[in-house]
Amino acid sequence: MEIIKGKSILNKVAIGPILYHRKTESQVKRRTVEDAEAEVKRYEAAVACAEDELRTLHQKACEQVGETGAAVFEVHMMMLEDADYRDSVLNIIRNQKTNAEYAAAVTGDNFYRLFADMDDEYFRARAADVKDITDRLVKILSGDAVESGFLTQPVILMAEDLAPSETVQLEKDMLLGFITEQGSPNSHTAILARSMNIPALVSVAVKESWDGKTAVIDGETGTLYVDPDEETLAAMKKKKQAEEERERLLQELKDKEDVTLDGTKVKLYANIGDVSDVAEVLKSNAAGIGLFRSEFLYLEKKTYPTEEEQFAAYRQVAEMMAGKEVIIRTLDIGADKQADYFKLKKEENPAMGYRAIRICLTRPEIFRTQLRAIYRASAFGKISIMFPMIASLWEVQKAKEIAASVREELTEQGVPFGNVAIGIMIETPAAAIISEDLAKEVDFFSIGTNDLVQYTLAIDRQNEKLDEFYDPKHPAVLRLIRFVAESGHKHGCMVGICGELGAETELTEEFLKMGIDELSVSPSFLLKVRKKIRETDLTK
Amino acid sequence: METFQYTITDEIGIHARPAGELAKLAKEFQSKITLKTETKQADAEKLMAVMALGIHHGQTVTVEIDGADEKEASEAVRKFFEAKL
Repeated sequence: MEIIKGKSILNKVAIGPILYHRKTESQVKRRTVEDAEAEVKRYEAAVACAEDELRTLHQKACEQVGETGAAVFEVHMMMLEDADYRDSVLNIIRNQKTNAEYAAAVTGDNFYRLFADMDDEYFRARAADVKDITDRLVKILSGDAVESGFLTQPVILMAEDLAPSETVQLEKDMLLGFITEQGSPNSHTAILARSMNIPALVSVAVKESWDGKTAVIDGETGTLYVDPDEETLAAMKKKKQAEEERERLLQELKDKEDVTLDGTKVKLYANIGDVSDVAEVLKSNAAGIGLFRSEFLYLEKKTYPTEEEQFAAYRQVAEMMAGKEVIIRTLDIGADKQADYFKLKKEENPAMGYRAIRICLTRPEIFRTQLRAIYRASAFGKISIMFPMIASLWEVQKAKEIAASVREELTEQGVPFGNVAIGIMIETPAAAIISEDLAKEVDFFSIGTNDLVQYTLAIDRQNEKLDEFYDPKHPAVLRLIRFVAESGHKHGCMVGICGELGAETELTEEFLKMGIDELSVSPSFLLKVRKKIRETDLTK
Repeated sequence: METFQYTITDEIGIHARPAGELAKLAKEFQSKITLKTETKQADAEKLMAVMALGIHHGQTVTVEIDGADEKEASEAVRKFFEAKL
């Protein structure tokens, strides 16, 4: 097995045999001609012929990949009409008395270099388009037929480079993916691959010896496996299956409402751990973000993240979600999530130790920085704040006091902020049991089932030996959840679930019957849960 | 001569497709339409030359229209920029 890294164009898996596509370069020879005007006419005829070919390709691409993917051929037609290109070809023919092929090749080369030397990646990638139209003209002039339809079985196509006109001529059903040495993520070929929805890796040093070998493209990691071992192949097949299932669900459900058969609307939210996760959330069209873990801002750093750094991240997510709710959980560091610069002492029992709100309340300077950043970002979208690891009423009151003083400070400084709801995680049995008292203090609860299960059952969820004892659906847990929902609702408090249990579709119906208002799940589970919600009838 | 300035809002800049459409539009008028940046200029009818300006998002271009139908041409080109770029 060989493992090679490349730049991935599309986050998908492809498995199949490699077909190496050798490009037959037309060798252009310079000839001196007597009758330059005859060459000019040949050139004009070739341009007309190329335009015809491009019109056909454009139509074919429109049918196969839609307008966006087909636009490249329109651009090529426009380039063919370019006055400078044409003038250059005609000048060479007339002044140097050369054949039209040669004049076109030289002109193409010059324009190729003009673009290839540009700073901007997009414009640099246009060099390939110039080359493509030039090759087309040269082929027509020298009478070479454009090859097409050379695929007889589904393959991963490998080449030094693929021109857009080559990729569109391939039978779409026969193409599993492609690997090229050249081509940037901005090239038209890459755009076509995206619109054809097939994975592709570019910037791979291709080897002719791979021809015919089985290979896997893992678009997620940008990895190519040539001759994969059984284990890799099995893992990738599984990944591909999961991907197909997601794809199918996505097509079916992405724009559907989160509503049960009897018409109860459910807030289906997503959990994210980084700004980059938002794309996935938008794709599945979740109604909001129910848990934005702010830890990534702290864990990826060597020192405390500044207010500005945090503000930029929160603001970006709020803006990307465009008015949909974004619940930011304040710092939940400690236990299994450590950052050296916090200088936390090693603990005997970290899960029950110095973590989350306990750090925030004893080191308020860290807490205030984060709250300022969150409030400032709230001017740019709908942001809510959630405090983790609450066990006592005073902790909530204290955290709210600090939040209030941050708001006062911002008001004094004339810094704008929005209307921010305040909620807490219910993840300790203590918080669940006093949830009626807590409900009077906050706007919403979000039940963190991972910790709630661990603390209720007194089972360390990181200890594999305890797997047989670890039962997240333990009646004690479910009764606590029901109790929290009831207590919350008594005082007008919205109740959601953001732990892993929220994505358990076996429990969806039970949760909704308990009156849970919101389920927040990892983006990859959104559609699975949406499907379940839409199949559930709460009147039965 | 008519002239106006425009700051590109398109994410990529004056890329291939709008450059091509601009060339087509420019050919409809008798007036000579020129795109100018601080250091370079190009005839709007010439797609490759316009692309070679490499005008990116946020950059401001000056458009000069000179000729018999400059008023209408200026109006049409300005509208094109606002809609497409």
